[in-house]
Amino acid sequence: MKFFKDIKKYWSYTVRSAKAELKSEVASSYLSWLWWILDPLLFMMVYTFIAVIVFEKGGKYFPIFVFIGLTMWNFFNTVVLGSVKIVKNNSATVSKVYIPKFILVIKRMMVNGFKMAISFILVFILMGVYQVPVSYHILYIFPVLAVMMLVTFGISNLMLHFGVFVEDLRNVMTVVMRLCFYMSGIFYSISERVPEPYNKIMQQWNPAAFLIDCARQCLIYSGTPARKVLLVWGVVGLILSVLSIKVVYKYENSYVKVI
Amino acid sequence: MEDREIAIDVKNLEISYRCLKSFSIRKSLFQLKKSKVEVYEAVRDVSFQVPKGEIMGMVGRNGSGKSTMLRAMAGIIAPDSGTIDLHGHNVSLMSIGVGFQKKLSGRENILLSGMLLGFSEKQVRDKMDEIIKFAELGRFIDMPVKTYSSGMYSKLAFSITAVLESDIMLIDEVLSVGDAKFKKKSYRKMKELISNKNRTVVIVSHSSDTLRKLCTSLMWLHNGKIRMLGKTDEVLDAYEKFMN
Repeated sequence: MKFFKDIKKYWSYTVRSAKAELKSEVASSYLSWLWWILDPLLFMMVYTFIAVIVFEKGGKYFPIFVFIGLTMWNFFNTVVLGSVKIVKNNSATVSKVYIPKFILVIKRMMVNGFKMAISFILVFILMGVYQVPVSYHILYIFPVLAVMMLVTFGISNLMLHFGVFVEDLRNVMTVVMRLCFYMSGIFYSISERVPEPYNKIMQQWNPAAFLIDCARQCLIYSGTPARKVLLVWGVVGLILSVLSIKVVYKYENSYVKVI
Repeated sequence: MEDREIAIDVKNLEISYRCLKSFSIRKSLFQLKKSKVEVYEAVRDVSFQVPKGEIMGMVGRNGSGKSTMLRAMAGIIAPDSGTIDLHGHNVSLMSIGVGFQKKLSGRENILLSGMLLGFSEKQVRDKMDEIIKFAELGRFIDMPVKTYSSGMYSKLAFSITAVLESDIMLIDEVLSVGDAKFKKKSYRKMKELISNKNRTVVIVSHSSDTLRKLCTSLMWLHNGKIRMLGKTDEVLDAYEKFMN
C-alpha cells in the first residue's frame, strides 16, 4: 500500500524533523526541557486545587488521577487542534517540495508523544511516592495508548484536510475541544459525579473520556479496562485513519492552490 | 533530436484554480445565493517534451503560468487533466524564498531540505561541508534561520539545491541571488551543473541575457498556452518584439 511505502520513505525525515523541533523548543526558552515536566505538573496543581479546595471533591490518589488525565488530554488536544492549520503553517515546505501531508501530522504526534512519555514517567514517579499498588493490569496501558494514537491520527488527518478549505474551522474546533475537555472528566470522576445513565454515555461515546478512564483503571486502580469498548474504539480509529488517509491522498495536491 | 531520451513528457496539461477558494462558515451562512465559481485557467492544454540533457528556458508575462507549470512538474500541485511523466527521474524545484523552518539552524535546515528532496541522511551529511562553504554563511550556519538576511536566506537555498544535484532541476528566478560576487559564483555553478549531459534543466527567468547564455531551447508561454517553442534566439527575439 502506498501509505506504508511513504511512511518508510519519509520515516527518517519525520524523526529528524521531530527531533529538530524538540531541540529548538529547548533552545528558545529559559527553563528549556524543564517545561516538559513543569507544564503538566503545574496544571495538575491548579486542577487539584480547584477540585479539592474549591469544590471539596477529591478521590483516591487524586493528584495522579488528574495527572494522567492531563497528560493524555494534552496530547490529544495539541495534536488535533494543531492539525487544523498544519498545512498553512508548513506552507514554506509544502509549496516547495512534495511531501505526503499526513507526515506533518505524524511528526506532530512524535513531538507531543515524546512530551507525553516524559509526563508518563512522572506519573510512575508519583505512583511510587503515593505507594500505589501495582499489578499486571498496568500492561493494559499499551493497547489503550495504541487506540489513542489511532483515534488521534484519524481525527487529526480529517482536521488537516478540512482545515485547508474551511477558514474558520480553528475557531469552531477550539470551542469543541474546550467542551470536550470539560466532558472528559480530567479533574473529576465521571462515573462518580455524573448521575446514571448519563455517565455511561459520556464515558463511552467520548474517546478522550473513555481512554483516559481506561488508563486510570489499569494504572492506579488495578482494574481491567472495558475491553469490548476499547476494541470498538480501536476499530473506529482504524476506520477513521484509513478513510482520512484516502481523503488526504486524493486532495493533497490541491491544498497548495488554496493556501 | 528524435532519438534522444525524453526526460520530461507533458501531455495535455491543464491546471486551473477553481472554486478551491477556502470558504468560511460565516460567509457561507450569510450568502444564501451561491457565489459564482471563479475559474482561473493557469495552464491550458499544454503538451511538450524535454529531452534528457536539454536546458530549456521559459519566458512569458507575469501570470502566464510559468511557475504553476514548474510546480506541477515538481509534483507539488496536481493537474486537473493531462499527465506529466518524468520517467522516474528525481526532481528539485529551486525558487525564491525556499521553505525553511525558521526556528531551526541553517545546518538543520540543510539536513531536512536535503532529506525531503529524497536524499538519505548520510548523503546530505557528506555534502554538508560543501553546501556550507558554497553558501558563505560563516558562523550564521548554526544560528536559527529567522536571524538571516534575505540575501543569506536565498544563498542557502540556492546552495542546497545546487550542491545536492538531482536529475531534473527546475529553476524559478533564482539566478539573481545575493551580492555581485555570489551572483557570479552561482552563475558559474549553474554552468557547471548544466554541462552534465544527464541533467535536464528548466529555467524560468526574465533576464534575456541569462536565457541566451544558458538555454538550448526556449518556451514562450502566453495566457497558459505555448505561444512559441524553439531555438532560444528565435523565440527570444519574437518575445522581445512582442513585449516592446
